[in-house]
Amino acid sequence: MSIVTVQLGQCGNQIGFEVFDALNTDSHCPQGLCSKRENEAYQASCKERFFSEEENGVPIARAVLVDMEPKVTSQTLSKAAQSGRWKYGQHSCFCQKQGSGNNWAYGYSVHGPRHEEAIMNLIQKEVEKCDSLSGFFIIMSMAGGTGSGLGAFVTQNLQDQYSNSLKMNQIIWPYGTGEVIVQNYNSVLTLSHLYRSSDALLVHENDALHKICAKLMNIKQISFSDINQVLAHQLGSVFQPTYSVEGSCHYRRNPLGDLMENLVPHPEFKMLGIRNIPQMSENSLAYSTFTWAGLLKHLRQMLISNSKMEEGIDWQVRPPLSGLPTFGKVSLNRELHFNTSIANLVILRGKDVHSADLGKQKLRAYIHQYTKFGIEEEDFLDSFALLEQVVASYCNL
Amino acid sequence: MTQSVVVQVGQCGNQIGCCFWDLALREHAAVNQKGIYDEAISSFFRNVDTRVVGDGGSISKGKICSLKARAVLIDMEEGVVNEILQGPLRDVFDSKQLITDISGSGNNWAVGHKVFGSLYQEQILEKLRKSAEHCDCLQCFFIIHSMGGGTGSGLGTFLLKVLEDEFPEVYRFVTSIYPSGEDDVITSPYNSILAMKELNEHADCVLPIDNQSLFDIISKIDLMVNSGKLGTTVKPKSLVTSSAGAVKKRHQKPFDAMNNIVANLLLNLTSSARFEGSLNMDLNEISMNLVPFPQLHYLVSSLTPLYTLADVNIPTRRLDQMFSDAFSKDHQLIRADPKHSLYLACALMVRGNVQVSDLRRNIERLKPSLQFVSWNQEGWKTSLCSVPPVGHSHSLLALANNTCVKPTFMELKERFMRLYRKKAHLHHYLQIEGMEESCFMEAVSSLSGLVEEYNQLDATKSMPVEDLPRLSIAV
Repeated sequence: MSIVTVQLGQCGNQIGFEVFDALNTDSHCPQGLCSKRENEAYQASCKERFFSEEENGVPIARAVLVDMEPKVTSQTLSKAAQSGRWKYGQHSCFCQKQGSGNNWAYGYSVHGPRHEEAIMNLIQKEVEKCDSLSGFFIIMSMAGGTGSGLGAFVTQNLQDQYSNSLKMNQIIWPYGTGEVIVQNYNSVLTLSHLYRSSDALLVHENDALHKICAKLMNIKQISFSDINQVLAHQLGSVFQPTYSVEGSCHYRRNPLGDLMENLVPHPEFKMLGIRNIPQMSENSLAYSTFTWAGLLKHLRQMLISNSKMEEGIDWQVRPPLSGLPTFGKVSLNRELHFNTSIANLVILRGKDVHSADLGKQKLRAYIHQYTKFGIEEEDFLDSFALLEQVVASYCNL
Repeated sequence: MTQSVVVQVGQCGNQIGCCFWDLALREHAAVNQKGIYDEAISSFFRNVDTRVVGDGGSISKGKICSLKARAVLIDMEEGVVNEILQGPLRDVFDSKQLITDISGSGNNWAVGHKVFGSLYQEQILEKLRKSAEHCDCLQCFFIIHSMGGGTGSGLGTFLLKVLEDEFPEVYRFVTSIYPSGEDDVITSPYNSILAMKELNEHADCVLPIDNQSLFDIISKIDLMVNSGKLGTTVKPKSLVTSSAGAVKKRHQKPFDAMNNIVANLLLNLTSSARFEGSLNMDLNEISMNLVPFPQLHYLVSSLTPLYTLADVNIPTRRLDQMFSDAFSKDHQLIRADPKHSLYLACALMVRGNVQVSDLRRNIERLKPSLQFVSWNQEGWKTSLCSVPPVGHSHSLLALANNTCVKPTFMELKERFMRLYRKKAHLHHYLQIEGMEESCFMEAVSSLSGLVEEYNQLDATKSMPVEDLPRLSIAV
């Protein structure tokens, strides 16, 4: 079954490129540890999921690129084509001339309705190319205008049009000390809208990814492409085909469905996080040895102590006696886990975001930029209310 | 990709504009080696086939035939514009995009605004509409003028109202040169205050600059270049003030160096919108992020580095130095001390080989020494553009919405009141039809209102960050 990816905004497009690159490179990796037959079955499964076939054999990513200004999408398309190993479809890109100006209201209320038909048509074309559709994977950031505003609008539309398919939104939580000044407003509005229309929200924080790059990968001057590559590595682990019960050559057919079944038991609790080990640079790989049991132990402790990296894990923290509902799905070396650590994330960061927002709101700072495009103060209040509710439910767990 | 149109008004505006186009050509020539008319160039230039007579000559892709600037030149006396049209840049300007008159405005805001405004309104509208039609997607008007004279100040601000009515969706970014204390135009306080009222009401974003600061920056550079320290030579093209390598090779006139600084400011402001980068920032994002309240749209700018030394290695220390410099009061383009006032918002636009980690590190480092308003503690907007300016490997433009503009405005008001109390030179204004004393009073009260808003924000400076109660939900 196939997954259609929708990449929105500068962030979404830059990440999407890295993800497809990683998936493609992985599946064609020459150092196989298993038999040839297994390898081929794996390759076929991976390919079917994310790429469609072209006449001259170059796989085409099942993706739709959307952005409100052309610089990033044209760069992404040309980078993919240059690599020669895979590329994006020629007509799977939609872009406009003038961006969204970091304004959620502009992305949601202006760009959304204006370009609804064109974007949905592109998605429809991509869906028709699939034999059977597993669902949608939407990549966006929360701080900007296009990714957040238009992303929320598109997700809502997908909910209406393809109500039987599953949607997983990959959202990027911005750096704590500002990338964009109005990022708190944009984040709150995005989260509240996505909560209503998406099936699962996979959260990645720029801060955490930055730390992983700094500490574990030993990169001195971290660029956004380094951060995106770490992200792609983690996402790859989530989406690559996993064995099914039948045996080592049969792969699970329904990636999104399986994930959701296990991880989102109740529609109130949709937020997911990834812990991935080992995470290290290629150079160190030659010098480290690890066993499966050791890795599992590390991973378990990472989850319990809510740390995002292998270093600095607090071994003292023990799980509460009632026991955590450990729905783990282990494949290669990652565990996608839903537990109170994500709840903590939501509570802590939510608190920062909320207090920052409430302060601004009290003085009506920047609100005039949003009301210009039809988002009124009640919308802000609604969003706050919904998010408070989510935080409260997680607290109650 | 969006396009922008530059409107240069008055002697000051046109002289700065001339430097700007010169440097813009130099920058694009350095980046665009193949001579293909791409989207980056199209933001400021049109590609025209000059063999075609009339208007049909626009070419949108392919090799560059002849570039025409997207500009409208306005001056009420002919000297400056004529000089531009006879100089080496004459082919860059479309001769149909000019409006000139003979007599000038006599340093009188009322003449510029009321007399020439009404006289030339139709023509101005027509030229603006023409330039907008040539644009695929017009995003912004850049207006360059001075506040102290007659044409730039009067007619320049008259334009703002016209632009607001005719093109409400297009942003209006104004670069205003404020008169310094030793200005030689006696009526400059009157002109400035009258113009400020228009800026308050009709501009989206104003970048105030004053001549004294520019002059101080020049002196610093001269000192550096001429001190001839052993082993340190300045790379020729890297002076922010130089036009080395640019089209015009005439004698450096007195204001040239200062105008080049302003031209560099405008180029850096638009670089992230024109060129690619890992974190783009468009012009509409500037307004969105840096203007929390519609009235407070005055942004203090600072540009670093001012020059590059000729050694090849650039250790990280230099990069950090660049960030520290941007916040020192020697690098501001207006006499102000942002470090000791309250920041409402701050934007860092980095060009060149700088990565996210460097940016983060420096923000963390500088944050403790800067005071941000309580409700916007993390009020930073950042952007990374991969293309550095000519002659540098990286550069930084810092735009701050800061209450430090308040003293400048108050000083201006002070100078105004000194003249107004004696009714000095007032008759020159009042004899113009449409001008009355109430115009002056309204202008002053508009400025006072602005200063009052800044005062209110300053009052919150030392208050601790409130912990606001969260919404409580019925569970």
